[in-house]
Amino acid sequence: MTELTLGKALGAGLRQAMRDDEKVVLLGEDIGKLGGVFRITDGLLDEFGAARVIDTPLAESGIVGTAVGLAFRGYRPVVEIQFDGFVYPAFDQIVSQVAKLHYRTQGRVKMPITIRIPWAGGIGAAEHHSESPEAYFAHTAGLRVIAVSNPEDAYRSLRQAIASDDPVVFFEPKRLYHHKGEVDLEASLADAPPMGLARVVRQGTDVTVLTYGAMVSTALQAAEAAEDEGIALEVVDLRSLSPVDYDSVAASVRKTGRVVVVHEASREAGLAPEVIASVTERCFEYLESAPVRVTGHDVPYPPAKLEKYHLPDLDRILDAVDRVLDRPHSLTGADA
Amino acid sequence: MSPQTTPIADTAQDLELSERILAPDGTRVPHARLDAFVADVDAVQLRALHRDMVILRRIDAEGVALQRQGQLGLWAPCQGQEATQIGTARALDPQDYVFPSYRETGVIYARGAQPGDYVRMWRGEEGAAYDPAALRVAPLQIIIGAQTLHAVGYALGIRHESAPEVAVTYFGDGATSQGDVNEAMIFAASYQAPVVFVCQNNHWAISEPVAVQSQYPIAGRAPGFGIPSLRVDGNDVLACLAAMRWALAHARAGKGPAYIEAVTYRMGPHTTADDPTRYRDDAELESWRRRDPIARLEAYLRASGELPDEHLAETQAAADAVAKEMRAACLGMVTRPPLAVFDGVYAEPHTGLERQRDEYAAYLASFEGEA
Ligand SMILES: Cc1ncc(C[n+]2csc(CCOP(=O)(O)OP(=O)(O)O)c2C)c(N)n1
Repeated sequence: MTELTLGKALGAGLRQAMRDDEKVVLLGEDIGKLGGVFRITDGLLDEFGAARVIDTPLAESGIVGTAVGLAFRGYRPVVEIQFDGFVYPAFDQIVSQVAKLHYRTQGRVKMPITIRIPWAGGIGAAEHHSESPEAYFAHTAGLRVIAVSNPEDAYRSLRQAIASDDPVVFFEPKRLYHHKGEVDLEASLADAPPMGLARVVRQGTDVTVLTYGAMVSTALQAAEAAEDEGIALEVVDLRSLSPVDYDSVAASVRKTGRVVVVHEASREAGLAPEVIASVTERCFEYLESAPVRVTGHDVPYPPAKLEKYHLPDLDRILDAVDRVLDRPHSLTGADA
Repeated sequence: MSPQTTPIADTAQDLELSERILAPDGTRVPHARLDAFVADVDAVQLRALHRDMVILRRIDAEGVALQRQGQLGLWAPCQGQEATQIGTARALDPQDYVFPSYRETGVIYARGAQPGDYVRMWRGEEGAAYDPAALRVAPLQIIIGAQTLHAVGYALGIRHESAPEVAVTYFGDGATSQGDVNEAMIFAASYQAPVVFVCQNNHWAISEPVAVQSQYPIAGRAPGFGIPSLRVDGNDVLACLAAMRWALAHARAGKGPAYIEAVTYRMGPHTTADDPTRYRDDAELESWRRRDPIARLEAYLRASGELPDEHLAETQAAADAVAKEMRAACLGMVTRPPLAVFDGVYAEPHTGLERQRDEYAAYLASFEGEA
């Protein structure tokens, strides 16, 4: 076991994937000498050379479209989109080309492309640097969508994403890049749990909190606070947003009978309503109360000074827990 | 070979600014640079090019007919563009890889398409008309310009492996307005990728004349990206062949990308869903009829005493046979069963989709036994 930050774990994952398979090539803005604006690709240019660590022109559609051509040629491109808000110029290539070529050709053309996106808010960034676009991609057939929440997962699932013959949109919470955790650098991929599995990160019996990305940490804090009141939250890290592992989710919901879904992305037509609809279809007879969402508001991502009002925090999660338990504001201490 | 980089005074006249070897009346005009690239082309090869163009025109007519008869949802005719498509595609080596748009029927024909390959996608049976690996042609692209980037990425792979191959991409004059095409030229030039851009300037992007996309000859843009370009008469099959040989040799020699603008004309509608009488006048159409690429080559061959009646008869018979096979393949296509809609979305199991497939299978099964 080695202690690494989430950022370093991603770098280690890229290095290992490139060593394992010479068809793995990286493309992105500033990923060479600079090592990427978040330094995730630090040192890879020196080890693998400019033909495999490609500093590209400043053109997102160009980066993803070129990766499509490399995949035609048998490569496994790993694309870095510099910031979440800059993936939109490449949206057409991702949803119209990357997602569809396997289906159109009945499997004769594979698109093993990994699209890494430094993602979401909480770092006081400028406009367009804190977006949560995951629902656009989860809504698109042909893509897999992964969101990581800790260094161990980051290291493993990035390698799994690269090894997958399917395209994977891979979300990396910027807010957690510097968070540390134990990583088993030697673990073999063959023994690892599949990329698409959800994970119970904290056991509990009263309420299931379904979340992903940086919100996993916030949900765990909420669970600590709730425990002081004698309430046991079960926190489930979805990890995969397409497909969602509904078997694990349903197992937890059947145990607790109560559901809170938490994410930073805004609410309308997002992941939370989708997850709740699916849970309701599958576990209606187990539900003790209506599931509740805790999400970002349906506003453009607010300026840095206001983001704390936008992002779900401990209190908003506890408030939702109160509601599914039918205990008006007992956890948050607010007046009924 | 430097392209014209001054504004076009009258876009209708801009053809006069392009390079050619065969004049519209079929006379051979000497060309200082292009001649060398087709010095080996004898009457036998010219008759083969003629045969290709005649067969392509017949395939295209059959596609239109099949659509009119309700057998195809849509067809994108290429009548008038035979010389550009055949001339450029016949210059390719088998291992080169092509990224076409939807109108390149002649290119897939030259790459060895099977009769059903011309119609499978337009009939709605599959998303791609043929096996890309077999033809070394990517699926026909509907999103304007997207494929130009794919060609550049593929060419990066070629370059990385130092392989003697070239990636080629075809697109229209309208496509040159797209960001992707401009990004593709930037990427190609930055990495000196072995890729050839072939712009088929057929003068119209549905109802928009080329002047809406460009006030200067399109080939003039490429040098600004650091890509040498050539503007040829797209209805002159010899000039198209020569230009493509120049471009391929350039790319194969490791000198990076090359760009061809073939100035031609779409004689038919944009697609079978289009009504060109609403936006273009008969006089223009007639002036282009006098530049017909097949008639031009026939005039040249006939004047040189190289167009025997047997060749014409054999070519017509071959064209009819291909059309017949194409029609039979089209009418014989069997649509896959309902659950096939789920096939091929992912390369690996996807639980969400598998669940939906099971639900749908159960739903379909519930009808079993019903009258
Ligand atoms: C991105 C995109 N926008 C719009 C369309 C609709 N459309 C299909 S063909 C076409 C015109 C294309 O003209 P051009 O590039 O000159 O090619 P041509 O059809 O003349 O061969 C348009 C607007 C499309 N397919 N893709």
